[in-house]
Amino acid sequence: MSLDRVATTGVDLLADAVEAQAVDVTRVDWRPPMPGTEADLATVAVDPRRAGANKQAVAAMLGVTAHLVDVGPASEVLGLQRGEFLHAGPPIEWARASGPLRGGLMAGAALEGLVDDPEDAVALFESGATVSLEPCHHRGTVGPMAGVVTPSMWMFVLEDRATGRRTHCSLNEGLGKVLRYGAYSPDVLTRLRWMGDVLGPALRAAVRATVDAQGPVDVTGILTQMLQMGDEAHNRNRAGTLMLLRDLAPALATSGIAPTDVAEVLRFVGGNDHFFLNLAMPACKLALDAARDVPGSTMVVAMARNGTDFGIQVSGTGDEWFTGPAQVADGLYLGDYGPDDANPDIGDSAITETAGIGGFAMATAPAIVRLVGGSVPDALATTRRMHEITLAENPRWSVPVLEFQGTPTGIDVTRVCRTGILPQINTGMAGKVAGVGQVGAGLVTPPAEIFPQALARLAELSTRTHTG
Amino acid sequence: MTGPTTGHVELRPGAYADSVTLLQVSRTVAQLPGVAAAQVAMATALNVEVLAGMGFDVPAEAGVNDLVVAVRLDDPDVLDEVLAGVDRALAESTRRPTGSAEVAPHRTTATALRDVHDEQAVVLVSVPGPSAVVEAMDAVEAGRDVMIFSDNVPVEHELALKRAAEPAGVLVMGPDCGTAIVDGIGLGFANVVSPGPVGIVAASGTGCQQLLALLDHAGVGVTSALGVGGRDLGAEIGGLATREALRRLDADASVELIVLVSKPPAPEVATAIQQYAAGLATPVEPALLGAGQPDLTAAAERVLQRLGHPVPTWPVAEPADPVASVAGTSLRGLFVGGTLAGEARQIVGETLGAVGGGLDDLHGDGHGVVDFGDDAYTSGRAHPMIDPTLRLDHLARVATDPRTGVVLLDVVLGHGAEPDPAALLAPAIAAVAAPVVVSLVGTGGDPQGLERQRAALAAAGAEVHLSNARATRRALELLGADR
Repeated sequence: MSLDRVATTGVDLLADAVEAQAVDVTRVDWRPPMPGTEADLATVAVDPRRAGANKQAVAAMLGVTAHLVDVGPASEVLGLQRGEFLHAGPPIEWARASGPLRGGLMAGAALEGLVDDPEDAVALFESGATVSLEPCHHRGTVGPMAGVVTPSMWMFVLEDRATGRRTHCSLNEGLGKVLRYGAYSPDVLTRLRWMGDVLGPALRAAVRATVDAQGPVDVTGILTQMLQMGDEAHNRNRAGTLMLLRDLAPALATSGIAPTDVAEVLRFVGGNDHFFLNLAMPACKLALDAARDVPGSTMVVAMARNGTDFGIQVSGTGDEWFTGPAQVADGLYLGDYGPDDANPDIGDSAITETAGIGGFAMATAPAIVRLVGGSVPDALATTRRMHEITLAENPRWSVPVLEFQGTPTGIDVTRVCRTGILPQINTGMAGKVAGVGQVGAGLVTPPAEIFPQALARLAELSTRTHTG
Repeated sequence: MTGPTTGHVELRPGAYADSVTLLQVSRTVAQLPGVAAAQVAMATALNVEVLAGMGFDVPAEAGVNDLVVAVRLDDPDVLDEVLAGVDRALAESTRRPTGSAEVAPHRTTATALRDVHDEQAVVLVSVPGPSAVVEAMDAVEAGRDVMIFSDNVPVEHELALKRAAEPAGVLVMGPDCGTAIVDGIGLGFANVVSPGPVGIVAASGTGCQQLLALLDHAGVGVTSALGVGGRDLGAEIGGLATREALRRLDADASVELIVLVSKPPAPEVATAIQQYAAGLATPVEPALLGAGQPDLTAAAERVLQRLGHPVPTWPVAEPADPVASVAGTSLRGLFVGGTLAGEARQIVGETLGAVGGGLDDLHGDGHGVVDFGDDAYTSGRAHPMIDPTLRLDHLARVATDPRTGVVLLDVVLGHGAEPDPAALLAPAIAAVAAPVVVSLVGTGGDPQGLERQRAALAAAGAEVHLSNARATRRALELLGADR
């Protein structure tokens, strides 16, 4: 028996003294935690449930395989009623809603025929008498950007076949002036109606026929492959989109749907590099939902933004949202838009980072690192940095350039507070004025204070448990 | 091509760059002098719409494979420069990044241990007390032994760590563990010793170091000295780490005798530990510190006797004499080792009655023995074995105080301690009129050089002992208090 390696956390002098004895030393770059978190970090560190709870949460998450089992209108698959609106992020009321969220809701009201002119919807939402707002997350759903879901919108239905649990997401509209970025012009509504009349039913036919012929499409499996093809599944979904087409095209071709419609569907899906995002997101939510409600677990199970607030939910704290002001992304702008035109961070799409892809998998998507004026080494460093705040590596989602290391998975509230390293999110930027649409794309982080908030709650629950 | 509005649009058929690159190029070009707005993009429908929104007229023949360069200028004369700037930005956008992809160090113990595949590796934690439990728990959860050098760690944190460690068979050394030797490697403040038949379990850092120094002088080696933290044998912790450390040493075939250095345990803990020790194959010799107990030197002698090893004469350099001109009657003890100070206070107290431990006592009319390594003197300051300034300040005051009758100091060598403690101490000792007695705790292998330190201190006029108990008794003698 011999001592060949010592890991040191703290003063360098003691590390030097060990090194002087010809022993290998691994030095931790320790720095003080986020201000005011020492006591709560200690309380949570000594919670005897924590380690086991986090193992359980991680295992539950990694055990989920998401399958695309159906496509259908929200009225049918979610039971969404006329006047019910889902939106991205934590709960919010119209009065505090940002421009793009308002724009998306106005487009949704016009789509449902609640108003003829989207502008008339303002009065409808101000009175609030016949309409209600609810987060997508509360209904087993995720929505990109504004994330507005109305009863007539068609939804992907994903299922964990082991448990029968399901999650949902709307169909992606493409880039530019679209509802999810807060646009509500007539062409936006025309596209949404075509999606409801042609795209949704065609996809339903194709998905159902595929399920019958060879079983449902394995969305988790496509994610595994696309991460090795340059996609990080948040801001780049090009390979994933084409693999989805590959899997559905035969059934679509033989569905009996008019060839002109089939062609238009193929053209629309194939021409929208982000189409697969709306499958990546519910797949991530399906996995993370399996990790919810493990008492003592410090793992983040949702990060979501409504354009005003950024919220997280944590496995050990149930359905409680910890919120702070959403930040404006740092990135590149379309046309002559600039930082003054951008709305703060919006959308449920940060569920991808919560699950360990998107910004966490930057290393595997060097093609998009220039979104931040960054370089390939920056991308590698970003993914490595996220390993400092996560509990595990996802063995299925591996990054070739990092020697096939798994993506950093399961954000640990305590490690964020300990290191001050915030989760890195890749995102699109919506214009802050309702109706404008997309103005750019870039990188953003959550507001730092929500992690100490969640930590304080974990500490409180831990103390309560210990003292009976 | 420049129109009256100073807008300029040109198509570059066949040129291609991805949209993100072009967004970056557009941003670079927009920042050039004289440019009001700029957009460099592939002529997709979306981009043509964006360009139209910016007031540019894109030629109808533009297709998705054409690159559009559109700029609006405040100054029409800069067009050529700006177009050159576009070319430059496009060229730069495809350059290979330079600079190494150096991997940043890990930020937590848990993440660092992912890369430490050696199961025997030990973790050494020395972060501020309130954060120590967090880092140490990472080690426990990874199944790695951990030494917690940090002080000011709440006892409930210590208990939680040791409870978590117990079922995993993990050893938690500390908190406030200054010294350990694991398989011959010194952690914290540790002396260089040869491997040998003795294993030490120590709830006291400098107590352990005194034993190491005495046994080394006697020619007896020590394979492992496992610290457990000063509170381990108290009622709250109940000897959790002591039991694990005993188990480890018992399992080590090279250990013939285990020495347990500690303050007297809480009674119920003493019983439990005695029972545990009785069940081991290796004999355990207790070396208990405090009132009514033999001192550390006596304990070392007992260890040698049990091993059948002759007890040597403990070395003394440069015997001092009472100084006739000194009329002072106070004993001034200035220590860096807590256990050494405690032992001195105990021995002095047996002869002179109660001895104060505060700074006021050091400069008062009576006797005082101060531990400069106490938490009260290390807040925001390194331990005096590393930073000697506070003790030197007080030594200078003591030196000129006419009430000073004798000065008693300790100097502790070994890994982690300052590289040449005698260098600063010798001139300070030379300035003391009263006799000075030093316990120099170290081994021949220590990096500071035991003989060199001893010679430097002796040359300054100090009487230098290896045994702290002997040094203390000698100080009493020089004070005339032993009679």
